[in-house]
Amino acid sequence: MRSNNNIILETTMKVVLFIIVLFSVYIFFAGHYYPGGGFIGGLMTSGAIVLLLIAYDIKTVATILPVNYRTMTGIGLLFAIGTSAGSLLFNVPFLTHAFGHIEVPILGDISLHTATLFDLGVYLVVVGVTMTIIQTIGEDE
Amino acid sequence: MSLLHLAIIAPLLWAILVPLFYKSFRQIHTGWFVLPLPIILFIYFFSFISTTRHQAIVMETLNWIPSMGINFTAKVDGLGLLFALLITGIGALVILYSIYYLSKTKEKLNTFYTYLLLFMGAMLGVVLSDNLIVMYAFWELTSFSSFLLIGYWYHREKSRYGAQKSMIITVFGGLAMLGGIVLLHLMTGSFSITEIISQSQDIVSHSLFIPALLCVLLGAFTKSAQFPFHIWLPDAMEAPTPVSAYLHSATMVKAGIYLVARLTPVFAVDGLWVWLVAGFGIVTLFWGSFSAVKQTDLKSILAFSTVSQLGLIMSLLGVGAAALHFPGVKDNLYIVATTAAVFHLINHATFKGSLFMVAGIVDHETGTRDIRKLGGLMHFMPITFTIAIIGTFSMAGLPPFNGFLSKEMFFTGMLHVLELDLFNIQSVAILFPIIAWIASVFTFIYSMMLVFKTFTGKHQPEKLDKKPHEAPIGMLISPTILASLVIIIFFFPNSLLSENIISPALAAIFPSLLNTGTEFVTHIGIWHGPTPELFMTLGVIALGILLYLTFPKWRKVYKLFPDKLALNRLYDGIIDRSQSGSYRLTTSYMTGSIRSYLVYIFTFFIIILATSLVVKDAFKLDTVHVSSIGIYELLLALFVVIGAISTVFAKTRLASILLLGAVGYTVSLFYVLFRAPDLALTQLVIETVSVALFLVCFYHLPKLRKEDSRVRFKLTNALISVGVGVMVTLIALSAHSNKFFKSISQYYIENTYTEAAGKNMVNVILVDFRGFDTLFEITVLAIASLGIYGMIRLRLTRRDEE
Repeated sequence: MRSNNNIILETTMKVVLFIIVLFSVYIFFAGHYYPGGGFIGGLMTSGAIVLLLIAYDIKTVATILPVNYRTMTGIGLLFAIGTSAGSLLFNVPFLTHAFGHIEVPILGDISLHTATLFDLGVYLVVVGVTMTIIQTIGEDE
Repeated sequence: MSLLHLAIIAPLLWAILVPLFYKSFRQIHTGWFVLPLPIILFIYFFSFISTTRHQAIVMETLNWIPSMGINFTAKVDGLGLLFALLITGIGALVILYSIYYLSKTKEKLNTFYTYLLLFMGAMLGVVLSDNLIVMYAFWELTSFSSFLLIGYWYHREKSRYGAQKSMIITVFGGLAMLGGIVLLHLMTGSFSITEIISQSQDIVSHSLFIPALLCVLLGAFTKSAQFPFHIWLPDAMEAPTPVSAYLHSATMVKAGIYLVARLTPVFAVDGLWVWLVAGFGIVTLFWGSFSAVKQTDLKSILAFSTVSQLGLIMSLLGVGAAALHFPGVKDNLYIVATTAAVFHLINHATFKGSLFMVAGIVDHETGTRDIRKLGGLMHFMPITFTIAIIGTFSMAGLPPFNGFLSKEMFFTGMLHVLELDLFNIQSVAILFPIIAWIASVFTFIYSMMLVFKTFTGKHQPEKLDKKPHEAPIGMLISPTILASLVIIIFFFPNSLLSENIISPALAAIFPSLLNTGTEFVTHIGIWHGPTPELFMTLGVIALGILLYLTFPKWRKVYKLFPDKLALNRLYDGIIDRSQSGSYRLTTSYMTGSIRSYLVYIFTFFIIILATSLVVKDAFKLDTVHVSSIGIYELLLALFVVIGAISTVFAKTRLASILLLGAVGYTVSLFYVLFRAPDLALTQLVIETVSVALFLVCFYHLPKLRKEDSRVRFKLTNALISVGVGVMVTLIALSAHSNKFFKSISQYYIENTYTEAAGKNMVNVILVDFRGFDTLFEITVLAIASLGIYGMIRLRLTRRDEE
């Protein structure tokens, strides 16, 4: 599969990859205030990995990122269900989110929201699902 | 639970133990363990006679579903007791007979006696239940156990055919009866027969009365093998002979008779009941006796004879029901008909039971039941011959046997039809005595054939498999008892039966006719003097002997009747046609092609929606709330339309995929235009992914039969797709024009920040306000990816293909 003459692509990848990943992380975290969120963030991240797959090959990417994406899907679902069910421990209905502002040294005032944990679940599931599909189809001969 | 309830279900409980006896005591015939039960039950029920002869009724209630009025109410009155005695008495004799008839080594006795006891319990339940639903439950149990008994030798194809046929016909009638029961409940609000009878005068003009009447009659006619539902009975003769003797002569086929007698006080207030019961009975009587003459198999003759005798009882019940239209017991002409019906019911059970046992003995000792092969058995089996003579002469209605008495009373009853003026059909009424007389002639002929073709004439040893000899003594006990009853009843009909059994039974059939303190006087006289009935009997004998002797000459009459019109042909045709018809119907629309199913679905969709739009006059166009259309929207819409149309008409698949992508990206531009940034982002990425997946699919299309053809044009498809498009557009337009409520979005706008600490309302709704949906949407994604993983990785091919 892999041809040797795509130095330009590989080099560009090394630069572009981080920008895309950063952008996806930004989109994920900004989701509660600006357009974005777990779903798009997840898709962007997997887009970055897909670019890696195009520049290199599946085996290389698997050594770079030794992630089992099906486990990732499961962990994502656990995050989502855990955040939702966690509210039951505090005697409030299922999927009641909590938020608050916390004063942290150095960083100052930070608002924390359990919805972000839920969104993290979405993020992980989306990355896991997209990568499972693409990897499975790609490996199939 | 009272002792009476226990007695009714005792056979069912005993049936559980039968396999245990069979497995534990292999040396002893299982029948011996079964035999005591019916004897005990017979003695138990016999003790009720002193109660019922004083018109007292025993009622015991066991709550089952009290909230729905369904309780196991056992009721012993004259009619129920008569049947209970028949069931247990003949049951005991049949079990005794079967002990010698069925081999203990060759047959599966455990199943046989289990089925037989199931049947006995079910039959007792039918005749002793006062609640119609409980009676129906037992009624169906008789159908099932009879099905099992007919198919006892299930390795024979004919047994299975007969069992299936009887099942289909009797269950058909049983279900109709259930309908009748429900209708009765709707009219009276009760399932109790006693209560329904007390309301019979009020419901006669109810609009559901006639349907209920017809449904109940259908149930009774199918069970009692009345024309044209009699066809199952001859085929049921594939059962072992004890079963035929028990079920198909003495008990089950009389369940319909019982039902008619039991519900006579409810329905007979309408003249229709009288004429239907009497009419179908008389037709059955004639047709059964006419068909019996041409049979050559002993059991077939007996089967058709049973059909004919059941018709006789049924017609007597019909005529007897007319008694309700004339007040009082004194001088009521029609009570004699019901008396005759009840009397003949008992007589028929005695002589037909013994005749079936005789047929079984002949079959058992010679190996055949074909009267063309039999003959001259008189010298080998003198006792069997004597029993057969008694049974057949009684069946033919000759003195000094009990059949003579009931036949005389039958003629009396039929002659009374002439004076009946219900429904204004006196002109037809003359047919009743005439048909009855002709049928009696035929009865005489086949009775004579039955006994003389079998036992006299030339012995043909070369046609028989075995050398004939007299049956073992145990096999002869039961028919001997029945045959002696035939004679005893003739000489002492009054002291034995009329006061103890017939009169209480009549009181149960006609409760309204009886004032307190009075009884039905049912004197059965042997000698009436020179009445018309006596001359009719003499005529029957004379013409019967003449026709019997000349039978070979007029045998051809039966060939005149074309085989194609036979009812069995009709039945087989209906079964075949309904099978092949439903097969053809199903294959005609279940084509296996997904294309046609989509056509059905979408056509249905269009028809239903269009109809409801038109019927409800729902289409509305409201242009007030429409926003102004800008140039960007117009342009994008134009792009989408061009893309969509060219996708449909594209020549190659690759072009279609790319055009579809173009449509998708334009849609994301629409999102941008309509200020939905989250949607626009997602749409862009998802569209890219799906176009990539389409391309993967395209790349992997098989090389074989690869053709870059345009979509073939089909008018139906075009019409349906245009129709669906038009429908959706119309509905969307009218839905938009019919906004009744304000949107709830104001709540989200106000509370997104205060309640959920977010500013992106879309995301807050997704993860917070309505996060439950999202939870399962990501589950859907996970399932989809695992599905793809599974489909691609897990390839279980068949071993021989590898």
